[in-house]
Amino acid sequence: MALTDAAPRLDLDAFVNHREDGHASLDLLVPDARCAGCMAKIEREILALPDVAAARLNLTQKRLTVDFAGAGGDAAGVVNTLARLGYPATPFDPGQARAAHDQEGRRLVLALAVAGFGVLNTMMFSVPIWAGLFGQELGPATRTLMMWFSGIVGAPCALYAGLPFFRSAWRSLKAKRANMDVPISIGVLLTLGISFSETILGGRDAYFDAAVSLLFLLLIGRWLEHRLRARASSAAADLLALQAASATVIGDDDALIAKPLNEVLPGDRLLVRPGERIPVDGRVLSGVSELDNSLLTGETAPARVVLGGACRAGALNLSGTLHLVATARSEDSAVAAIARLVEAGAQAKSRYVRLADKAAAIYVPVVHTVALATFIGGWGLGLGPREALIRAVAVLIVTCPCALGLAVPAVQITASARLFRRGVLVKSGAALERLAEVDHVVFDKTGVLTEGRPRLINPAPQALAMAAPLARASRHPLARALAEAAGMGPLAADVTEHAGQGVEGLIDGRRARLGRAKFLGVAGGGSETELWFAFDGDTKIRFRFADRLRTDAAVTIRSLAARGLTIEILSGDVSGAVQAVAEAVQVETWRAGCTPEDKAARIDELARAGRKVLMVGDGLNDAAALAKAHAAMAPGTALEASQNAADLVFSGEQLGSVTVALDVAASARKRALENFGFAALYNLVAAPAAILGLVNPFVAAIAMSGSSLIVTLNALRTGLRR
Amino acid sequence: MNIVMFLAPFSLGLGLIAVGAFWWCLKAGQYEDPAGDAARILVEDPEDRPAA
Repeated sequence: MALTDAAPRLDLDAFVNHREDGHASLDLLVPDARCAGCMAKIEREILALPDVAAARLNLTQKRLTVDFAGAGGDAAGVVNTLARLGYPATPFDPGQARAAHDQEGRRLVLALAVAGFGVLNTMMFSVPIWAGLFGQELGPATRTLMMWFSGIVGAPCALYAGLPFFRSAWRSLKAKRANMDVPISIGVLLTLGISFSETILGGRDAYFDAAVSLLFLLLIGRWLEHRLRARASSAAADLLALQAASATVIGDDDALIAKPLNEVLPGDRLLVRPGERIPVDGRVLSGVSELDNSLLTGETAPARVVLGGACRAGALNLSGTLHLVATARSEDSAVAAIARLVEAGAQAKSRYVRLADKAAAIYVPVVHTVALATFIGGWGLGLGPREALIRAVAVLIVTCPCALGLAVPAVQITASARLFRRGVLVKSGAALERLAEVDHVVFDKTGVLTEGRPRLINPAPQALAMAAPLARASRHPLARALAEAAGMGPLAADVTEHAGQGVEGLIDGRRARLGRAKFLGVAGGGSETELWFAFDGDTKIRFRFADRLRTDAAVTIRSLAARGLTIEILSGDVSGAVQAVAEAVQVETWRAGCTPEDKAARIDELARAGRKVLMVGDGLNDAAALAKAHAAMAPGTALEASQNAADLVFSGEQLGSVTVALDVAASARKRALENFGFAALYNLVAAPAAILGLVNPFVAAIAMSGSSLIVTLNALRTGLRR
Repeated sequence: MNIVMFLAPFSLGLGLIAVGAFWWCLKAGQYEDPAGDAARILVEDPEDRPAA
């Protein structure tokens, strides 16, 4: 909801942040700023405003930060200036969570940099030591010196770079669980300790380089995963920011005040212009309009509201300006009830155990048992405690989980990059894993299988040309559809729009009307999905509209069925409309008239039956089902709440994105499993070698980087394949 | 052999300078807005123009 067409008195002060240093600042999302020109223009014009001290646009995040000179600022002035320049802007709250997330990313990058430094420089001292292993001349004194150098450089780097792992391991130990970071931390600390003691005792094996490069490789995997999450959550945060924007409240002296939704109280008078959504549940005080409830209920036909009529939050106001009195707070509105269902579903989803964690659950005990057995067995068989301990540490090092740590993130980042190119946004790596397990697909009808907006179904060229000039002058969706069918052309003169009725105007000097049956005096009510047109006193022409199927809906359903998936349609629309669509796309299982709760209940029922459900939906009535389903996709045209509840968001007209996403997810899972398989095979060879004492620092370094490289290259195949 | 005692710390020093430079970049917000920074070089400040 952009605030740009607002009246000049619009009050945005609720969005001004008052900082600790006494100055005020304002954060705005400017989605249309794209180029250097936009940036220069925006910053120059905003800076020219009185009492603005600084203005800086972040072109990457499309965010404008305005610092005011004083303790308060004219936020509306800034927004209006932006509107004048042609950039709709929405105030938003940067939020604490986001800042924390960025800090985490920065810490990871820095740890990566330190680990990189450590790897390069310890290697510098390792090369002479390795040379010594192969019979080159290297006296014990020089070797010990090199080991000292290597330890002095490597150990601090390893301790710093390992911090993210140590912290996570500590947290998980406190919660009495062992995640992947526990063996990593134990391995690294033990390795460092043994290497120091060997250096002091003048031994041969020091694994400082191995400890640092292990962390370096693992940090790459960690950072890739962070990138994936950061990109998705920034997209989600933008959506949330847009949604949280505001309601226009009419104050006591008829001043318009933009208020954050959660500050709107029952009894407030609200102004809702055509094209805006109803912010909270309310009753009509004045004005006549039609509401599009399709995102709330799935019904395609617009509902007419008049004085005293109830409006539900989330409905789209189509034709006339409405004055409402709020009857509920935002938290108690119809939308919020759905939001709570979504939250419940999201919690259930967070209990999903990820592939890497499943692998870790097997890997961790096995490797630790083997290492412990090597130590005890080695000692028992007469190796001596020092040699036995070195071999146990060698087992821990060569069976390092780098391959495991990289196996999944590398695959998922390439898979999501590939989907991103096809217009599908993946919100998390776990989403891809869940998507690959799906065996049942549930579609919503309106806006998913169909385009979600009316199309003319009886285009008679002559009639179309006659009515088009009037249709072009109207904002009603049916008139828009008519204008779209007719193409570019002349506009009617002297147009007046009768809210909830139709439009009237002059075409070539003749008075004409376009609108509902009653508006033109046609007897018999008429349907919500038709428009009538007539010149004054002439024959009346009827235009009929229907929500058209997406062009590739039938093909997509067929190809999904060919993959062995079962398909079902759940819609809130009336049974006739749903049946027609179901027959057109050849789906036998369908239900009409579902409430949001019905949909969520059906998903639960399927889940209890052991099915892994993919829900594809766009409406607010789907949001709960989207959150509860094993995996969920929403089109980019969906309401923000649904996009937030979904795991993947696809843009564009093509429903085929669903098939593409399923295929990529399946191939990503295959790659990940291949990587696990490879890691297992590698460990089967490396662990016995380490137990037998065949591993020295050189072999460990080669094996570790080699296995990581193979896993990464295999992951890249996901991105390369067409 | 003595040369190692000089060269090794020297090369470590060079490496540390690089890490320090990177740390400074990160801290100074050089990576906050890559798209904006790339675009900013194209923006002409009116006061930068040579007096005609």
